[in-house]
Amino acid sequence: MDLYPLWNSLRVAFISCFIVFFTGIWAAEYITKLPKSLKGFLDVVLTLPLVLPPTVVGYFLLCICGPNRLIGGWIQSVFNLKLTMVWYSAIFASAVVAFPLMYRTARGAFEAFDPALKCSAQTLGLSDSYIFWRIKLPCCSDGILAGTVLAFARALGEYGATSMIAGYTPGRTATISTTVYQLWRTNNDLLAFKWVMLNIAISFAVLMTFNFLEKRKMGAYR
Amino acid sequence: MAITVDIKKRLGKFDLEVNFKATDGVHGLLGASGCGKSVTLLCIAGVVKPDSGYIEIDGRVLFDSSKKIDLIPQKRKVGLLFQNYALFPNMTVKENLRAALHANPKINKDEAIKEMIRRFHLQGLENHRPVQLSGGQQQRTALARILLSEPKLLMLDEPLSALDSYLRHQTELELMEVFDSFKGTILFVSHSCGEVRRLCKSATVIDSGRSEGSLPVEKFFEYPQTISQAITAGWQNYSHVKKIDEHRLLAEDWGFELTFSHIPENCQYVAIRAHHLQLTDRPGENTLPVKILRTVTDINFTTLILSAQENSTNNGHLRLETDSFQQNTDKNTYLHIPSESVIFLTK
Repeated sequence: MDLYPLWNSLRVAFISCFIVFFTGIWAAEYITKLPKSLKGFLDVVLTLPLVLPPTVVGYFLLCICGPNRLIGGWIQSVFNLKLTMVWYSAIFASAVVAFPLMYRTARGAFEAFDPALKCSAQTLGLSDSYIFWRIKLPCCSDGILAGTVLAFARALGEYGATSMIAGYTPGRTATISTTVYQLWRTNNDLLAFKWVMLNIAISFAVLMTFNFLEKRKMGAYR
Repeated sequence: MAITVDIKKRLGKFDLEVNFKATDGVHGLLGASGCGKSVTLLCIAGVVKPDSGYIEIDGRVLFDSSKKIDLIPQKRKVGLLFQNYALFPNMTVKENLRAALHANPKINKDEAIKEMIRRFHLQGLENHRPVQLSGGQQQRTALARILLSEPKLLMLDEPLSALDSYLRHQTELELMEVFDSFKGTILFVSHSCGEVRRLCKSATVIDSGRSEGSLPVEKFFEYPQTISQAITAGWQNYSHVKKIDEHRLLAEDWGFELTFSHIPENCQYVAIRAHHLQLTDRPGENTLPVKILRTVTDINFTTLILSAQENSTNNGHLRLETDSFQQNTDKNTYLHIPSESVIFLTK
């Protein structure tokens, strides 16, 4: 059994989770400060990938990153880099699809953050960046952690958009999910079953870890 | 040392219009919940921006809408004790105190923290998180943290309401000690007139967003100027009045006449404290038959709800407090209103 899809899937999931961790938190923090109307609009736009079919996301990504399209074409000509049908193409797909999970859970946690803590920190002379990194984030760590794990699990399981933008090339762009589909399509039921079980085992372990961390943290601060 | 506040802010239900001056010592801001007391403190702290106005501490302008001055909270040097104390839940007692010194690179931090821990009896709790502390301990930690930041003005938002009654008396005494040693103005927000009487030197009443001038507390409680000051200062009985002649008033809410040797001009209301009313069994001047509607027995006294008229509304009921009350059904019940205990209010 060639383990390349496992390694590739984990690599893609970790990198997109890393990206989404920062962009999601940034968006959550930034958007709560915007005026109400703009906030509502941006909120919908940023949450859309959660409810759109992944193929629609894939379509949009191809429209942007395709070799003859705006960004894809420009990067191709300047850096001589292909954005589609390579292993890291899957990162774009996973990141876009996983982003709303991180963004929404982080935003929920930030909204539950007691504003009195911020006010009292300000009157004590603490800078806004101190307040964010040393008080707000640690206080919201439960929500941030939940968002990170969900985003990772979602990135690991991404199929639709990935198959469109990265395709399935064994040993190059194959992920667990695209491999399962390919194996099933070619009647390799036994191997497909093995990958399915492996996928379930990883997701199970991730969520178990999450529950464990959650329980250990519960009641620590309140 | 003095503070001048004159601010306006549109809030959901009403317009907040507060202005008062206070010098050294404790100044009370008194009013019912939701009257705008807390928002006033937030405006002074700089976390809420007034629509217009002026705030000055010791000659330092913190906010002036006409000159577009609006210092950020970090630069205002005011300490605010929140109702829920706002201790950082992710930090221990010691870390909370250290946070207050974060922006102060000069002083010896460990020494200063140690001193505060000793002063506020927090020894042994240094490594506890706020959730592990009692309400009183949380408040002491929060006060210690504020004092470490060396504010020029100290503000306390209902510091005693979250505590149970036993702890409240003890905490009140501790607060007095803190107040005595604080050099500067202290604003004490409360809805309890007793707290303000015991802890404050002067007070301002805020009634649905409007402040009604400041008075020294003795004057405020003995001679309130307006009906809302009187109600806030604990004058439980009040009635709108109509002048009949030079010596007689008709108390319209209560439904009877009162006689006085002198009645001031433009008298609109009269008020009397519940424990100044007397029960008697004989008629006489300013004495009239009443019905006892309800008897409420407290630990040290009894409260009687009285009415002089048939079918009166709650407004026309009188409240009498007495230490010695024996129900006696044989005799008629008369209420005596001692004229020397009645105050006259012009608005």
